[in-house]
Amino acid sequence: MDQQKYIDDLKEIKSIMSRSSRLISLSGLAGVFAGVFALAGAYLAYDTVYADQNYLGYRVAVLTNETITSLLTIAIATLILSISAGVFFTSRRAKKTNEKLWDHQTKRLLINLFIPLATGGILCLILLSKGYIGIVAPLTLIFYGLALVNASKYTLDEIRSLGLLEIALGLFATYFIGYGLIFWGIGFGVLHIIYGLVMHRRYES
Amino acid sequence: MKEILKDLNKAFENKVRLGIMSALVVNDYLDFNTLKELLDVTDGNLASHLKSLENSKYIIFKKEFLDRKPNTKYAATNEGKDAFVKHIKAIEQLLK
Repeated sequence: MDQQKYIDDLKEIKSIMSRSSRLISLSGLAGVFAGVFALAGAYLAYDTVYADQNYLGYRVAVLTNETITSLLTIAIATLILSISAGVFFTSRRAKKTNEKLWDHQTKRLLINLFIPLATGGILCLILLSKGYIGIVAPLTLIFYGLALVNASKYTLDEIRSLGLLEIALGLFATYFIGYGLIFWGIGFGVLHIIYGLVMHRRYES
Repeated sequence: MKEILKDLNKAFENKVRLGIMSALVVNDYLDFNTLKELLDVTDGNLASHLKSLENSKYIIFKKEFLDRKPNTKYAATNEGKDAFVKHIKAIEQLLK
């Protein structure tokens, strides 16, 4: 029997299935940069919230309208920088591997990512406007995790476990409320950097 | 051995037809140009293989107009999906 032919057939089937249904040029470097921006953002936010306070004594998160505005500015800037890094590195990689970036896989990926993500975003803005500040950091982690799990069917497998970890962190952060910013830094910063490096080594070298 | 060989489907012996089915079982539908780019084949070649899969009732197509240009979408039928899965299982049996 020409076994080799069948082995090749199976390889070809696998390759076509993943090329036709998943965005595989997602770049690990994008994750690393998003993580770095998130850590910088968390640091700035920490500075804003706990400004001018005695570092040894009991600390209260002081939130005036002014600090909320600057927190939102930090959040939006972090988001824009991360998304730009994602688009930049992924399109660079798509060019290298000769894949089209804006095709139906990418569209499906983004739609499935944004359903939970937008829900969470709007919910957090509503809670913020009602004054429930502490719950916002854990909720962003939970909804981001749900969004990743939902979108992982359309891209690299690693995204699913990243999503599950983000959900777990979000739940911990809800329990240990008050440490939101630290969990937020781990989830959006450290995890992104670790996963980014692993994916970069696995797929891009 | 003979049992396994019976499950190997002649319709999927060809690389292009195998490729078309692989893409259509994991996507709800794909249009002609997407398939063409994915499999890197010529128009005529792809069209003739699509035709033969259609004759075996493994795929169906739907013609639409996008900006007044014809756009043909292809989808695998349940029969086609079953036949394809059977074919892959037979290959895996052979390689054991």
